[in-house]
Formats: sequence, structure tokens, C-alpha cells
Amino acid sequence: MKDANNLPQRVVLVGGTSAIALATVHRWLDRRADLEVVLAARPSPARAAAADALRHAGARVTEADLDLAGADTAREQLGAVFAGGDDIDVVLVAAGVLGDQEAAWQDVDVALLLGQVNYTGAVLAGVLAAQRLRGQGHGALVLLSSVAGERVRRSNFAYGASKAGADAFYLGLAEAVRDYGVQVMVVRPGFVRTPMTHGLSEAPLAQDPSQVAAAIIDGLAAHQRIVWSPAAMRWVMSALRHVPYPVFRRLPI
Amino acid sequence: MDTLTRVPTQQQAAREPRHVALSGWGRTAPSVSEVDPVTTDARIAERVRDAGPRGVLARGLGRSYGDAAQNGGGVVLDMTRRRAVLSVDPTTGVVEAEAGVSIDQLIRELLPHGWFVPVTPGTRQVTVGGAIASDVHGKNHHTHGSFGHHVEALTLLTADGSVRRLGPDDPLFWATVGGMGLTGVILRAAIKMTRVETSTVLVDTWRCPDLDSVLAEMADDDRYDYSVAWIDSLARGASLGRSVLTRGRFATVDELPAGRRDQPLAFSSRTLVTAPPIVPGGLLNRWSVAAFNEVWYRKAPKRRQGEPQSVGTFFHPLDGVAEWNRIYGPRGLLQYQVLVPLDASDIIREVAETFSSNGLSSFLSVLKKMGPGNPGHLSFPRPGWTLALDVPAGDPAVGRLLDRLDESVIAAGGRSYFAKDARMRPETAHAMYPRLAEWNGVRGDVDPDGVFMSDLARRLQL
Ligand SMILES: Cc1cc2nc3c(=O)[nH]c(=O)nc-3n(C[C@H](O)[C@H](O)[C@H](O)COP(=O)(O)OP(=O)(O)OC[C@H]3O[C@@H](n4cnc5c(N)ncnc54)[C@H](O)[C@@H]3O)c2cc1C
Repeated sequence: MKDANNLPQRVVLVGGTSAIALATVHRWLDRRADLEVVLAARPSPARAAAADALRHAGARVTEADLDLAGADTAREQLGAVFAGGDDIDVVLVAAGVLGDQEAAWQDVDVALLLGQVNYTGAVLAGVLAAQRLRGQGHGALVLLSSVAGERVRRSNFAYGASKAGADAFYLGLAEAVRDYGVQVMVVRPGFVRTPMTHGLSEAPLAQDPSQVAAAIIDGLAAHQRIVWSPAAMRWVMSALRHVPYPVFRRLPI
Repeated sequence: MDTLTRVPTQQQAAREPRHVALSGWGRTAPSVSEVDPVTTDARIAERVRDAGPRGVLARGLGRSYGDAAQNGGGVVLDMTRRRAVLSVDPTTGVVEAEAGVSIDQLIRELLPHGWFVPVTPGTRQVTVGGAIASDVHGKNHHTHGSFGHHVEALTLLTADGSVRRLGPDDPLFWATVGGMGLTGVILRAAIKMTRVETSTVLVDTWRCPDLDSVLAEMADDDRYDYSVAWIDSLARGASLGRSVLTRGRFATVDELPAGRRDQPLAFSSRTLVTAPPIVPGGLLNRWSVAAFNEVWYRKAPKRRQGEPQSVGTFFHPLDGVAEWNRIYGPRGLLQYQVLVPLDASDIIREVAETFSSNGLSSFLSVLKKMGPGNPGHLSFPRPGWTLALDVPAGDPAVGRLLDRLDESVIAAGGRSYFAKDARMRPETAHAMYPRLAEWNGVRGDVDPDGVFMSDLARRLQL
């Protein structure tokens, strides 16, 4: 059960190696070094390292295996994550793959994988998490979406489309569960310097994971539906959405 | 969040269980549960026997500040429809009241007959069930103890749906007094009221320029039935802990001003105003509160004796403004109430200093010297000093400061009050209540499956 200062006691990270999700948890730990964290991710040195860092910061950490690439396995694995244990205060759905964007519209396997992890995986996690939180009568479900889904563009539309689908699903889910005490929030960060974007050229308004983490925590406290990070992204995207396509096509984004 | 959902019609809404977001007086961390406005014992027994995996909990008027009267995902029994005063013994003053009867109702119905509640918290809007479950204390704790001292017997419905009458010789009685609703549903109780000749309190007021002087003044508290000090939490330096100490006792008819003698027991329980329903955050800040506290301290007399005050003015000044908790805005408020042994007043100073030096704007904080405790395993009061401060919720920096203060309080053998808490850590609570394991033994005997559950119990792993 979260406390009056919005500090959670138990959180689940779907995509437990996400830099943004981990930065969020570390920020909570800075406020109170007392938190139970479930890291659901593929077993990897990165997951082990993340778990160690969290333990070092005072968290009690459980690692759970999760591979969103196969829906049947993922369903079973997520079922286990959301069964039992103390109440879950926050579920951060942060699993995502960027992939090779040129392959993603030419190679069926790559295209399907993006949809599988970014969309189907998010839907799976959303449905199962919402069910659990609804049973508790409280809790928050956060989707790490992306501004890429706001208006898809040539350079990363496969990624953007999968994020757009998940984003829409969560916005609707938010309405469906709000009467049951469940808060669903969609986070749309712009360019974030993370291992996922390593090597890409930085877009304007580039930020560190800790900035997004701060926006997530503030957004939860303020009961927001949608959080843009940085906040100015909201206006940038609102303008971009209305730029005529011939112009949009030529923008260096 | 505190909107009602799925309300078909007004009338149905009043009688049928429905999903509602509940929070405490502090309006923080709400949760949704199925709220059943129960009326009969049979219905309560049925709801307890059929409790689902999230359990069941009784709720009174929701005046605890945090999550004590919430049970997210489970069933909450709204007890406030059970408000019959079943019998009054006019010679002993023992009243048998249903658990949903409020302190306000007891005063309204019985004060005209010369009986006052033995203990009243700072608001009249609490139920008998809530007063027992939190074992509440008032301004007369040093002379008369807490609410549980005056309960001669209580009727408890336990997890198996059976009903038992318990007296103070039963361990389950003391597990229930202060037990935060976690041993069962209190259905009724016999409470011994206090004889009074009038409804007027004669009040002595002392303005104390700093903490030492107010602590010293309270040395002779025993001369008064009622005593409490209001502290200006923003005063710093040499003025740290400056306070207005008010102490009093009920007047006899002879002591009343001539005009009041023909109606010595008159009582009115109106609220004067209601706070607006929507208030932006940040209205309360260190400057507005400092200005308020300054005026309030200056207007208090340096020394005044025997001033006649009404019950409402003396005991429940905040009840004059209905829903004043809303002035803290959407993020709500929390109250930090601690108690430390008499020889640990340095901790009271540390708390006061932490609040004032960090500019934590607590309106009128309350300091009181407490008397002996009772056998209640989780009952809050003990001999010592208790200090209660309100602060806006939702500020992580405040959270950190309070966590640090908790450590000093624990080191001094002190504790925080469950009825106010919304932010303690489980380990903190366990260190502050060393009899928790013993209490859990008694509770486990009558509720082995943990049917009675609350958000507070989940958060603090009680
Ligand atoms: C302005 C203000 C001033 C206050 N001043 C004081 C004070 O001076 N001293 C003090 O001690 N407290 C004080 N309090 C706290 C208050 O007295 C307690 O929180 C009290 O328990 C509230 O009673 P309630 O009926 O609102 O109970 P709720 O808040 O609804 O419930 C409190 C607890 O009682 C349990 N409970 C309620 N009814 C039953 C029942 N029938 N059977 C079993 N369990 C039950 C609940 O499960 C919960 O754990 C104050 C609160 C406010 C808002």
C-alpha cells in the first residue's frame, strides 16, 4: 500500500532492465530505502546487474523470467508475476524493442517481433496487471510509450506503430478501470539517452532516463493520464501533428 | 477519487452495497472497496462469514487520518446506520450504545440530562466503534485515561460470525480496545458517562513564550480535569515551542454567570461554515500559516482564569468548520502524532525544531501530557508527552524528515498513533509497538485466517 507521500511499497517492472524504469525505482529508493521490486525480464547479465544495484540501494529484489516474444510463454510468466505476494502499488510496463527499422518493414520476422513485444506484450501485461490491481482496489499501471507513436514517420514507423497501438489500448484501459481504484498512466518520452538508443543521433530535447523518471513520479502524484517528457514535447508534438505531410516528410526528424 | 461510482438512484445508493473509493480524513492514498451500509447483526454476520479473499473491515465516520478504515478490494461495513442509544442507566450513567452512535449524538442526547462523554477527541464526529478501536484520548487523559477505560463491556462479532460479550477481564477485550478493527466488528458497548452539573467549562489560559515554559507549566496539570497546549510550530529560536496552554473543568451551577443558570446544560452542535469543496493546492504555505499562528498567539491572553467556555469551543474548536481538511487541496494532509516518555522531552524539542527549521507549516499543533496507559496491546497512550502536527501530504522531503524523526522517537521508547498514521514503515511500527506479537496471538485465536483486514494492516504488516 502506498503511503500519504505517494511512496510505493512494492513495484513490478515488466521489462526489468529498462533504463527509465530502473531510474524511476532508484528515485523512489532515494526517498526511502525500503521497497520491494520485482524485475520481470529475460535472464541476462543486465538483469542481474540491475538487481544488484537495486539491492545495494536498499531494495528487496525478486527476479522473474519473462520473454514477451512468445505470447503463450509470456502469458504464463506474467500470470506468475501477478499472482500472490503483497499488494502491488505500481506496475511499470517498460519492455520494448527498437530493432532495425529498415528491416522492420522488409523482414516479416523483424516486423512481427516489434508488434509482439511492443504491442502484444504490453496488452498482455496491461490486462493481467489491471486484473490484479482491480482486485486490490488500488494501484497504478504505467506504460512507457513514446512520442514516436504520436505521428509515425518514415524513419521509425514500425516502432512508432507498435507503440501507438499500446498507447491507445492503455488510454482506453484507464477509463475501464478508473472506478476500481486503478490509475493508468501513459508516458510519452521524446529521445532518451539509453542503451536502446545508443549509437543513434540525438534528437532535439534529448534527455536522460532520470528526467523521465522524475516526470513519471510527478505524474503519478498528480493523477495524470498522459505524461510528456520533457513537458515541452506535448507542444512540439501537437504542432508536428498538424504540419501538412509534404512538409512533415522533409523535416529532419 | 472520492466520487461514488455506479449509483443507480439516491435511495438505492443508500441501502445497497456499492464500490466506493474511500480515504481517511487526510484524503491520501484512497482505495476502492465494496461498502455495505449494514443495519442488522445478521447481515454483518453474513458478510463476515462470506468475506472474500480481501477480507472485511468495520468503518465508522472515517475520521482516522490515514488508511485505518479502508480495505481495498474487500468489504467495508459502514457502521453509521447503527446509531441507537439502546439504554441509559440514570443512576450510574452507563449507556448501552450501538457502535455507529457518534460522540456528537451522545453529547446531544445525554448532556441535557447531566451526563458527558468520559473522553472526547478533538472532534465530535467519531463513532463509539471508532473510539474503542483507536482507544482515543482527550484533554483529560492525564486524569481519566483513554476511551477504553470507560467501556464496561463490548459486544464483538468475530470471524466465525459468532457474537460475544467481553469485559475488561478478557484478553480479547484489550486486543479490541486499540485493535484498529482487526479483531472483529464491535456491535455495541456499555460506556460509563461522566456526571456534570453544567455544559460550561471554566478555562484558565496561559500564554507560554517557549517550549520549556509550557512543559514546566504542565507540571501541575493534575489540578485540572482537562489540559492541552496549542503550539506554534513555526516559531523558531528563542520562541521555539511557544504555546497557549488551556486547562479547565466543568463548572457547577453556582459558578455559572447569572444569565446561564436557568439552562445550565444547554448544548448546540451546529457547524458554522463549510470549507469549499474544491481548493487549489498550496493555499496553506509557511507564510499564510505563520501569519495565522502569529495572530492566534497574540490574541491569546497572557493569563486569564475561569473563563466560561461552551463544550464546542473548548473541546471541538475545529468542528465549527465542516470539512476543513479540504483546505489542504488535492494532495491532502497528514498528521504526525508521536508520544515519548516524560523524561524524553528533548525529542519533543527535536520534532518542534525539525518542523520550524524546515518551515513545515502545521496549523495549530497540539502538545499534551499523558497519564497512565491501559492493558490494550496496541493502545497508543502511555505516560509521556504527545505532540501532534498537521502537514500537507505528498512532499517526499517531509517524508524523509519524518522517517528520521521516527528513529529518534523509537530510540526514546516512543511511538506514533495508528489512527493518525499514513506513512510509517512496517519496521517502525513493529519497533514502536513491542506487544504486537502478543496481540497477534490473541487475534490469531479468533481470526486464524485473517478475515479482518485493512489497508493500514497491509501497509504496516500488522
Ligand atoms: C479533527 C480531528 C481531531 C481528532 N482528535 C483526536 C484526539 O484528540 N484524540 C484521539 O485519540 N483521536 C483524535 N482523532 C482521531 C479519531 O478520534 C480516531 O481516528 C477515531 O478512531 C475516529 O473514529 P471514526 O468513527 O471516524 O472511525 P474510523 O476512522 O471510521 O475508523 C477508525 C478505526 O476504527 C475501526 N472501527 C470503526 N468502527 C468500528 C466497529 N464498529 N468495530 C470495529 N472496528 C471499528 C476501523 O476499522 C478503523 O480501524 C481526531 C481526528 C480528527 C479528524
